[in-house]
Amino acid sequence: MADQPTSLERFVQGILPENPVFRQLLGLCPTLAVTNNMKSAITMTGAVLFVLFCANVITSLIRNLLKPHLRIVIFTLTIATFVTIADRFLAAYLYQMSKTLGPYIPLIIVNCIIICRCEVCASKQGVITAGADAIGQSIGFGIALSAIAAVREILGTGMFFEIRVLPAAWPDWVVMVLPPGAFLTFGLLIGLVNWYEGFRAQKAGKIEG
Amino acid sequence: MTENVKTNFFSQAWLVLLLAICFGAMLAGMQIALGPTIEANKVNETLERVPEMVFGADRARELADREQAVDVTPLTVGVDKAGKTVRYSVFEAKTDGQLAGWVTKTAGQGYADKIEMLIGFDPQVEKITGIFVLDQKETPGLGNKIVTDEWRSQFVAKSTGQSLAAVKGKAKAGNEIDAITGATISSKAVTDIINTAVVDLREPLITKAKGM
Repeated sequence: MADQPTSLERFVQGILPENPVFRQLLGLCPTLAVTNNMKSAITMTGAVLFVLFCANVITSLIRNLLKPHLRIVIFTLTIATFVTIADRFLAAYLYQMSKTLGPYIPLIIVNCIIICRCEVCASKQGVITAGADAIGQSIGFGIALSAIAAVREILGTGMFFEIRVLPAAWPDWVVMVLPPGAFLTFGLLIGLVNWYEGFRAQKAGKIEG
Repeated sequence: MTENVKTNFFSQAWLVLLLAICFGAMLAGMQIALGPTIEANKVNETLERVPEMVFGADRARELADREQAVDVTPLTVGVDKAGKTVRYSVFEAKTDGQLAGWVTKTAGQGYADKIEMLIGFDPQVEKITGIFVLDQKETPGLGNKIVTDEWRSQFVAKSTGQSLAAVKGKAKAGNEIDAITGATISSKAVTDIINTAVVDLREPLITKAKGM
């Protein structure tokens, strides 16, 4: 176990170096579906943070009891429970948001990010590391969602958090709010991230060479 | 040997069973705690809109400021249509014991998905007093303009005697509604939903109003 990353490393890795959306390309269903405005993106991130944190902590606590061939069942059971709690909670206290997000909250159950973190980190490492990992990954997820949502909401409706930021003369690019806008924005942002990584690697290579 | 398999089976699965029981209990507790709030949210979403549908937004606010209560009674009206009974959820709005109007909850197919809406009528069901879209998944930027106050206000005071028609360009006749540019299907869907509701509910509601 000596080569497992520490809590701090896990936390930092989730934010950018192993960003779940841009680097691992996981959890793309909510990434594409709920990023046409900032409010949905933030609510989605909150729900994922709650589910991922709880699932990671529980998995980590019972990691020594897990039977290898039954672990997926246990992960799914744990995730489904917390997703249901998140879903009911939103329906009770943020009813309009819960209606807007519709099926995408229950769909967190099949979000690969969470099962991936349970498998990669929580089932092998201690509670604190698992918790730090969950928070780091969720922040990374949040950054990715917000980046896409900001571009789509501003270009698509001229608004940011439902507050007008572009002049009224701006012809709203409706396509950005529609599904194609999600693919366009996501593709361009991945391109940008990859270009930056390549640029950095090249620079690092030059210094070493 | 059988004994061995049995114990083995439990030693394999006990954690899954235990977790299932714990999580089940947690979810049951959650449902008991939040269930009523969620149900109330669903009902309130409709009930809160009733005064606005009957009196219009301004007068509804006025009434609320004067703390004049609008009594809302939910009813179910069954309409026989082609051998089938269609049920409408209708709200009867009363102020000072006087019938002030009706609001019905209805739904129909839109461009993308079901459009769920409220329609308000005066007591004699002669005029529409307001419409409100509860739920829709029409195209953002085009069809979803059906929720705007501006577009919905066209329906206020339309007569129920003639069926409504959504037209492109400028509405001229009394029963015409300006269709949203680029969203004729969504606009037509709304007028169709209203027309159906009017045809179905006019007679039953007039009868009910007379019986009071």
